[in-house]
Amino acid sequence: MKTIKVLGTGCANCRNTLKLIESAARAKGVEVVLEKIEDLKLIMSYGVMSTPGVVIDGKVVHAGGVPARAKVESWL
Amino acid sequence: MNTLTDTTNIPRRAPWGWLALGLAAWVLAYASLIPLADALVAGLGLSPQTHLGEALQFFFYDTPKVLLLLTLIVFVMGVVHTFVAPERTRALLSGKRLGVGNVMAATLGIVTPFCSCSAVPLFIGFLSAGVPLGVTFSFLISAPMVNEVALALLFGMFGWQVAELYLGLGLAVAIVSGLVIGKLGMEHYLEDWVREIQAGSAAPASPADYAAEAPSWAERIDAGVDHIKEIVGKVWPYLIVGIALGAAIHGYVPQDFMASIMGKNAPWWSVPVAVAIGVPMYTNAAGVIPIVQALLGKGAALGTVLAFMMSVIALSAPEMIILRKVLKPRLIAVFAGVVAVGILIVGYVFNAVL
Repeated sequence: MKTIKVLGTGCANCRNTLKLIESAARAKGVEVVLEKIEDLKLIMSYGVMSTPGVVIDGKVVHAGGVPARAKVESWL
Repeated sequence: MNTLTDTTNIPRRAPWGWLALGLAAWVLAYASLIPLADALVAGLGLSPQTHLGEALQFFFYDTPKVLLLLTLIVFVMGVVHTFVAPERTRALLSGKRLGVGNVMAATLGIVTPFCSCSAVPLFIGFLSAGVPLGVTFSFLISAPMVNEVALALLFGMFGWQVAELYLGLGLAVAIVSGLVIGKLGMEHYLEDWVREIQAGSAAPASPADYAAEAPSWAERIDAGVDHIKEIVGKVWPYLIVGIALGAAIHGYVPQDFMASIMGKNAPWWSVPVAVAIGVPMYTNAAGVIPIVQALLGKGAALGTVLAFMMSVIALSAPEMIILRKVLKPRLIAVFAGVVAVGILIVGYVFNAVL
């Protein structure tokens, strides 16, 4: 099971990213643990500058903008 | 990372073909603006000589024209953004001295993708990578103020001279404000946790941890299209309301009505008042520029109007609240004060020169 974290301070794009990953995971039947990280210090600790960022199993895989759906599916 | 991207990289068939098709459609639409507006007004049985006819003519012509220009420029910027990630800008600015650094930061602010919700992470990211505070501010002032939406609208409604002027003056305000803030040495007015990061005691993961792969051209074009959806999708209601208000002013407010309040011979305080009115207004360039155009047509002076516009875009109350997370009140006050003074100077110089 993958742990996916979405880094973002609560803008529309961050929420969209979260929803996108959720729906992609459900469509594929993959179980994931989704987490939204809004604490700035924590976000910074990943070295991400442009939100939303996506972290999978502790590794930053995406930053800056809503990822493409195909990209999300490839992570799952 | 690479193995992942290979599977996600579904090449769209003939991206260049679609692009050429889109461009052709754009040119065709742009060429038929005037006949379309005339036909619409005539179709409503109105003469362009009446107030209503004049207002509607203005509305039917300006709305699609500005939307078309905006779409094209936003697309181009979406593609440009794929070349200039914030990480790259940061690397370019890291360790730069005041002066050169400020000029670079303000210029990069135009082309680096920026959204106000990312302002804080960006701010800290820059500082932690050794970008000086004054240089960071130049970026932070320029990025929202000199943006593609403002430039596209100015170009569409006033022509390229005014757009260029706004570009140059916006850059100047960003560069000088950043220089002043840098010279003041305000580092200890950063919030404590930010200073810790800056000092390296709580160093974030090195930026090299995440290196985005270079996108293909098909992906860059997709990014441009996405950018259109995002920006034009968000901005069009403001634009339509703005143009409708502008059209009303255009058709109904008597000529030279604004001359006494905002004109060239208006009292000296008209510029500061314009700036002060702009601060609490939270709208984007799309909402304010059409109104500005109508005001100009009624005798308002360009300098006063530009100052008002810059104030609305660059000095917004919500942005101050976001920045409060990383800056102590004193630094926010200095930031607002320095930028406001810069904008005032722009306003006065314009009124005096033109």
